[in-house]
Amino acid sequence: MADPIKVYPPKPSHVYFYATCLVDMFYPDAGMAGIQLLEREGIRVIFPEDQTCCGQPAYTSGYHDEARAVARAQLDLFPEDWPIVVPSGSCGGMMRKHYPGLFRNTDQETKAAGIAARTWELTDFLLNVCHIKLEDLGEPTNVAMHTSCSARREMGIAEVGPRLIGQLNNVNLVEQVRAEECCGFGGTFAVRHPEISGAMVSEKVDTLTDTGAGAFVTTDCGCLMNIAGFAEKNQKPLSGQHILSFLWERTNPGKGDNS
Amino acid sequence: MTQAPHHTDVREFHPRARAAIADPKIRKNFRKAMDGLITKRKDAFEGWDLEALRDLGANIRLRALANLPDLLEQLEKKLTENGVKVHWAIDGDEACRIIRDICVARNAKTVIKGKSMVTEEMELNHYLDDHDIEALESDLGEYIVQLAGETPSHIIMPAIHKNTGEISELMHEKTGTDLSSDVEYLTASARQQLREKFMNADVGVSGVNFAVAETGTLCLVENEGNGRMTTTVPPCHIAVTGIEKVVGNLEDVVPLLALLTRSATGQHITTYFNMISGPRKPEELDGPEEVHLVLVDNGRSSIYQDDELLDTLRCIRCGACMNHCPVYTRVGGHTYGTTYPGPIGKILMPHLIGLDEGRHLPTASSLCGACGEVCPVKIPIPDLLVRLRQESVDGDKLNPAKVRGHGAKRGTLEALVWRGWSWMHARPGAYRLGTTVASRLRRLQPGKLGGWTRYRTAPKLAARTLHERMKERGQ
Amino acid sequence: MNSRDTILQRLRERSGGKLNQPECDFSVLERPSSSVAERVEQFQKIIESVHGEVHRCTPESWIAQLAGILSSRGARNLLIPAAHQIGQALRDSGRDDLPELLIYDEPVRSWQAHMFNEVDASITSTRGGIAETGSLILWPTPDEPRLMSLVPPIHVAVLEASGLYTTFHEAMRVQNWKSGMPTNALLISGPSKTADIEQTLAYGVHGPKELIVLVIE
Repeated sequence: MADPIKVYPPKPSHVYFYATCLVDMFYPDAGMAGIQLLEREGIRVIFPEDQTCCGQPAYTSGYHDEARAVARAQLDLFPEDWPIVVPSGSCGGMMRKHYPGLFRNTDQETKAAGIAARTWELTDFLLNVCHIKLEDLGEPTNVAMHTSCSARREMGIAEVGPRLIGQLNNVNLVEQVRAEECCGFGGTFAVRHPEISGAMVSEKVDTLTDTGAGAFVTTDCGCLMNIAGFAEKNQKPLSGQHILSFLWERTNPGKGDNS
Repeated sequence: MTQAPHHTDVREFHPRARAAIADPKIRKNFRKAMDGLITKRKDAFEGWDLEALRDLGANIRLRALANLPDLLEQLEKKLTENGVKVHWAIDGDEACRIIRDICVARNAKTVIKGKSMVTEEMELNHYLDDHDIEALESDLGEYIVQLAGETPSHIIMPAIHKNTGEISELMHEKTGTDLSSDVEYLTASARQQLREKFMNADVGVSGVNFAVAETGTLCLVENEGNGRMTTTVPPCHIAVTGIEKVVGNLEDVVPLLALLTRSATGQHITTYFNMISGPRKPEELDGPEEVHLVLVDNGRSSIYQDDELLDTLRCIRCGACMNHCPVYTRVGGHTYGTTYPGPIGKILMPHLIGLDEGRHLPTASSLCGACGEVCPVKIPIPDLLVRLRQESVDGDKLNPAKVRGHGAKRGTLEALVWRGWSWMHARPGAYRLGTTVASRLRRLQPGKLGGWTRYRTAPKLAARTLHERMKERGQ
Repeated sequence: MNSRDTILQRLRERSGGKLNQPECDFSVLERPSSSVAERVEQFQKIIESVHGEVHRCTPESWIAQLAGILSSRGARNLLIPAAHQIGQALRDSGRDDLPELLIYDEPVRSWQAHMFNEVDASITSTRGGIAETGSLILWPTPDEPRLMSLVPPIHVAVLEASGLYTTFHEAMRVQNWKSGMPTNALLISGPSKTADIEQTLAYGVHGPKELIVLVIE
């Protein structure tokens, strides 16, 4: 699943920022935080205006013609050989692991493979390409990390979030039991099999609240909507945030550009 | 939950899942069992280069599959030289007939069985019963399940859905044992009941874990000793296997055995590793005088046609996938309604029963990938699930679907939805317009969104999309 | 066309592409070399962890140790090999603290019921063992039939310490199994057990309840 050996590029002058449709529509603050974190590292962030969606929802539903049509429209957005950074393990995984197969035996096979090879999840990029050093300006707090299944198993970045949080001196990272177990989002799975998904997210919220942290962070908006949404509906003492928003808030003096 | 196998409608997955989720006993029994198996497996692989071992396991299985027809012929040749009679069955029904014919030729009235999932697949016990031949399960878990009139809920631990109290009541009711939660007592009672059966059975039927072509050897793993009993005491032994279980060389079984027992139950090795290469020789004092092997296709040669789907046949039936599956842990094995439950069931059963009947199997997964991560032979299970979803809806004109029952789940409404979604998302202008409008109208967003809002609040559209904010920034 | 030909044809005329023959690297099975003493220790540790019992003996002491073990279990009899020197040595020992020694040398039908119901213990030789998994290697013979190590509730196995291999792969290779397999070859790694009742371990389900290994050093 994840690459056996990852070869990171050297820190570039420019990157393409691929927001993902969920960040674009529901969590733009997280996207902005990611862009600002990159710019603070001295990187010029290019935001291709014509970006829409990586195609994953149709892909995992089996509608590959439709997924391919949408993915095709993304392939021309990255003409320069710059890294493509994505604030999502799941969409990053779609592009990195599944684009090559989706375009096999088509004219775009080579282009898709090239794009796949330079796609990076954003926190992974910050840590292992930018070698970011975070200075914590916030008050002491506890937080739990929810690593999405795609971040863990497709992108192989389970240790990235904890290491970044570990750089924040006033943040205590607590670990929930059965951390590797899925939160039950699974894209359309949550609506096709609502009771099973509901049972999974219920237990995930329980294990997170049991840490006593009161808050969790994650790289994936799907998981975020799922876990935070359940907690909110059932009045559980747990709030969630995209990890990029969290990292920006902790390290940015003053109000910054987000909620 | 009891289901008579003939009458289980695989399509009724949703109501069974709902019932299982709401059943605290199922939730508790399975959670406890799976947690234990997950930990045991992890501990058992301590000190191993697990990735290298899995690579070896995967490569041995792939190499065998690449040579499958030649290896099957070699296996047949060696077994025949060794005195074993080899039979070939196109499907489960033919396999049942072959077994029945062997029994009839020997005037056999009772069959004792070692654990064999392929014989569950072909519903052998029911078939023999219909033909006045008694088939009795000897593996303790299978014995319990048979007493209850149920099917196994896990491929390695068939009675995993039952706790001690339930088993005690069952044995009391069916066999007259005392109501006791003493596991030693219950086990000793079962031992006593089954000893008699072993001694008097006419035929022993077993599965096969690995069939070695090089030497004509059938390998079986077990802890109880009933497998050795079944393959040694009755005067006739019939081994049954799917055609994909063959490996080329004797040494191939060593890493596969190391992977199998640790992945299944966290054991370094099972109590017995039983390697059978022929019937009793004239000078030997025990063992069956007749040994048969039935090779069963039952849809496997169809799977074999496709380069991607062929990976399904690597499976060594360890059960690790279901042990680690968050869906299986919550709904239990019977919810699937199929011989093989869990992730392997979801990728295998559609080929055996068709994607029409198996329509809910490929979607009953969040694609978390825990199964693929632990599979000892590295079957890319999530990728195969996505492939089967595509087959279910005839979703790829470039790679036309071919699995039996393909397209059964393609619904006009859903196809239209994805068509529309694709139209909009392939056109940047339309997308930006649509998302901007949605953000402006966000207060009109419906509060109820079906299955989602049953458990969670609805996702909140932002006041301005990131696109808009980037435009303001001049990017 | 019969089923055999149909199946083989379907497999040979498959529609997909050519299938790779991946290299199979067995080096992951290798273990560093170890002394006999280390192997005995590893073997003992593992088989004891699954309720196997190990007694360290010398060629001079094993019979006396055996007598003690069987008397402590109240064994009324002991099924022994007819021809193997283990059997010879036991018969020649002339000890009165050994239980009744039994030999079967007729086909199973005539003694099966007796073995199932009346025999308390058996003793067999082994073809060595495997330290890594705590396993005994047995190739049953006409002299030591298959049921001997399966039916009686106590199975005593005699293992020469020098016959311990580190891994199964090593044993298979050194003993050259692929050149000819017997009717039945076995690895026995403990007494019979099950965890089918709520994952609670219980011993002596169908096979022996006790596996006692005499390691001759």
